[in-house]
Amino acid sequence: MNITILLLTLLIGALATYFSGKKSAAKVALSFAVIAFIETFVLICQHNSGFNADYSVEWIANPNIHIALKADGLALALVLLNTLLTPLIILSAWGKHIEKTNIFYALVMFMCFAMTGTFLASDGFLYYVFWELALIPIYFIALLWGNDTFEARKKTVFKFFIYTFAGSLFMLVGFIYLYQKAGSFMLYDLYNLNLSSKEQYWIFLSFFIAYAIKIPIFPFHTWQASTYEKAPTIGTMLLSGIMLKMGLYSIIRWQLPIASDAARELMPTILVLCIIGVIYGSIVALKQVNIKRFFAYSSLAHVGLIAAGAYTLTTDGLRGAVLQMIAHGLVIVGLFFTAEILYKRYNTRLISEMGGIRQQAPKFASAFMILVFASIGLPGTFSFIGEFNLLYGLSQVNLWYALFGGTTIILGAFYMLRMYQKTMLGETNSKPFADIDKTEGIVLGVIVICVIFLGIYPKPLTELITPSLVEIVSYIK
Amino acid sequence: MNTLIAIGVLAVLVLIAEIINLRKMVIPMTVIGLLGILGYTVCNISVVEAYYNNMFVSTRFSNAFSSLFIALTIFIVALSNDFYKNEFTKIADYVSLKLFLLMGAICMVSFGNMAMFFLGLEILSITLYILCGADRKNIKSNESAMKYFLLGSFASGIVLFGIALIYGATGSFDIAQISNIAVSTSLPVWYALGATMIIIGMLFKVAAVPFHFWAPDVYQGAPTLTTTIMSTLVKVTAIATLYKISVNLLHQMPESYMNALIFITIITLTVGNIMAIRQDNMKRLLAYSGISHAGFMMMALTALGSASPNLFYYATAYSFAGMAAFTVLMAVCKNNEDELISSFDGLGKRNPLMAIVLSIALLSMGGIPVFAGFFGKFFLFSQAIQNGYITLVIFGVINSFISIYYYLKVIIRMFANYEETNREKLAVPALYSIIGTIAAAIIIVVGLFPSLLLNLFN
Repeated sequence: MNITILLLTLLIGALATYFSGKKSAAKVALSFAVIAFIETFVLICQHNSGFNADYSVEWIANPNIHIALKADGLALALVLLNTLLTPLIILSAWGKHIEKTNIFYALVMFMCFAMTGTFLASDGFLYYVFWELALIPIYFIALLWGNDTFEARKKTVFKFFIYTFAGSLFMLVGFIYLYQKAGSFMLYDLYNLNLSSKEQYWIFLSFFIAYAIKIPIFPFHTWQASTYEKAPTIGTMLLSGIMLKMGLYSIIRWQLPIASDAARELMPTILVLCIIGVIYGSIVALKQVNIKRFFAYSSLAHVGLIAAGAYTLTTDGLRGAVLQMIAHGLVIVGLFFTAEILYKRYNTRLISEMGGIRQQAPKFASAFMILVFASIGLPGTFSFIGEFNLLYGLSQVNLWYALFGGTTIILGAFYMLRMYQKTMLGETNSKPFADIDKTEGIVLGVIVICVIFLGIYPKPLTELITPSLVEIVSYIK
Repeated sequence: MNTLIAIGVLAVLVLIAEIINLRKMVIPMTVIGLLGILGYTVCNISVVEAYYNNMFVSTRFSNAFSSLFIALTIFIVALSNDFYKNEFTKIADYVSLKLFLLMGAICMVSFGNMAMFFLGLEILSITLYILCGADRKNIKSNESAMKYFLLGSFASGIVLFGIALIYGATGSFDIAQISNIAVSTSLPVWYALGATMIIIGMLFKVAAVPFHFWAPDVYQGAPTLTTTIMSTLVKVTAIATLYKISVNLLHQMPESYMNALIFITIITLTVGNIMAIRQDNMKRLLAYSGISHAGFMMMALTALGSASPNLFYYATAYSFAGMAAFTVLMAVCKNNEDELISSFDGLGKRNPLMAIVLSIALLSMGGIPVFAGFFGKFFLFSQAIQNGYITLVIFGVINSFISIYYYLKVIIRMFANYEETNREKLAVPALYSIIGTIAAAIIIVVGLFPSLLLNLFN
């Protein structure tokens, strides 16, 4: 199957959703998202049978820019995450009243399109265009459909946009510089470039700012918690589940192979920053009273560890990072969905006002339990495999990094279980709590099954990504 | 040359239509005529010819820019229909003035002789002075015309003085000869002085810092349609002329001279942007942001001789974005005393189409991908990096996100759900909607297929 069909499906899906009118918008969006998922699945099967789906055609002759897409295992794994989560995210708001539904879902589909493009692009310029395109829909989603008063979220969303946009512009300068050197934006031309260590240093930094803001890595994280809180839950899911993976993925795909010497030189500093993020996120999470902010900070801790794994430059670290990206994507979307379910029933996001849910809603409580365990990285869940690889990669660099990075598991277990205890057990809230309905069940069910299945049998995924990671590591060396 | 003559004839026909009382025919006739002329110019874009002893030289550069000017004039003339509704008896004057202005603009990019350059400059300026003061009973319009006239004629004087000095140094008015003499022989100091004076005069027309003080006041006071002309057509003309003059006069200038120009570029970028942040009047905001866009376009001066496709691309992207923005501005503020940004509150609800058009225009100006503005910036940045001006590019980048800040503020206001204002729907003349949509479509199409424009120069 031609890889462009996938992108076209999503783009046409966005347009069709917009024109489908308010009543059927969600259905149209969902069906296109499901088609995209099936297409991704087909692509992966073809990839496994040795079919090369790379695509390249000239876009602009001078400067030399191509529409080049590269569908290797790494890219496909993230596209799979994207197209698996998008239908679930759409389903998560099923039946909910949303104003201007068609525009809303069209933006969601458009964002999915832009993110898929970011994962697939193998021309630096095209990649940058997709990278920025993904920002526009989420900006409007958070601004127009968010929580709280308009004035309050205006400020937050504004900060988010300016922050991420500023970061990306530095990356653009980096790309332009690389283009002057290589005469092309194509991935492999940039990989094979011989840059002096000073040039690499600046290129590395210009990319780092863009990615560190997007992921976010401490101290570039200040936009995150408030944006997650103010965005509608669908927006939060898109941001935390998929969009921040763009940053992590780009580290592996673009930054490390192009500026590998600088990466090696700066590794200690960056690993320390990442690990500060891990510990800082965990400690701040302990103090949160709002459940969305709580998940935001716990996510900060987890992605800090993922970024640290990617910057170890070892195959194990990279593999762990990719696996954990997917695990984290699934788990965090699940967790934010539980927050949304709690909000729907209780109309509050304060942890202190929840409690005593387990007796009333056992199915919900069990699904939540599994997600909490997965978030902690309990053996048997997918996150365990990712975190194990990550910590192993870190220990290859220096045992201390692994030790401090490992605090995420200990602290994570502490605050996640405490949160679970406060919200699900006990007797604080006497309001009735209906158990999950069918659509909620589907969303949670799919996530839980994926998390457990991949936890027991991660081989298909590891086999999919390892060859591309080995190749990337060979360029780093 | 045929283009110029045809436009002149069209302008005279417009005046005749007035005499024989065919005012209703003026705008359709002009638009159709200009479309024909545009088609002719684009088809003959590769024709390189000189007329009247090199007075008028058509090259790819001049043909491409002339086409852009004609296209912009078509939009402006089409907008005149609704804009001058209350003064329909004078429509022929307004339209013919715009056509004369277009002739001036074309002379300014096609000149082969300094005399022709000055003629073009004056034709353009004088029509513009009249158009600025066209709203006779409005004190602001009078102020704007007076300011622009005094300062503009002063600048013209400086340009003329510069031309005289260059003639003194080289003994020629012919730009090609001057250029050859400047390369082959060492010239007296007043050559550099003359070149500097011409450049300063043009920087004034461009509204580059520190010659920009007239721009916000003049923009704000002038009738909005005139502001549109000034910030799109005239600004682009001035930049293209500045570029052409620099290419011909500046190639023997020392490094320090270029550094001074780079410095002016940087402060133009920065001052324009920083001043725009605090504006509460949309016209002033666009005026200041236009100053910083002039700074972006001046980046083309870092690669004299090879930057014309990139400059042309940016000029197109910027002027159509400006056209779209001003169209919305006219539609929204047509009954208002002034053009406060607050009048855009809730436009997303009151008239979604206009809100989307303005969003596209502003996002394009801010340099968000797929819109043409992004590619314009990208081409200019890469050219500057190629020539080693990394500091300049870093300033460009910083200014890009400063500009995003105030463009976003406007966009946010449009989509704000201010319940308390709760205004009714905004009815917009159909022509405004059509023109805004076409301009927005051009921004997107040019963004998706940049080669369309870049290939005009191959």
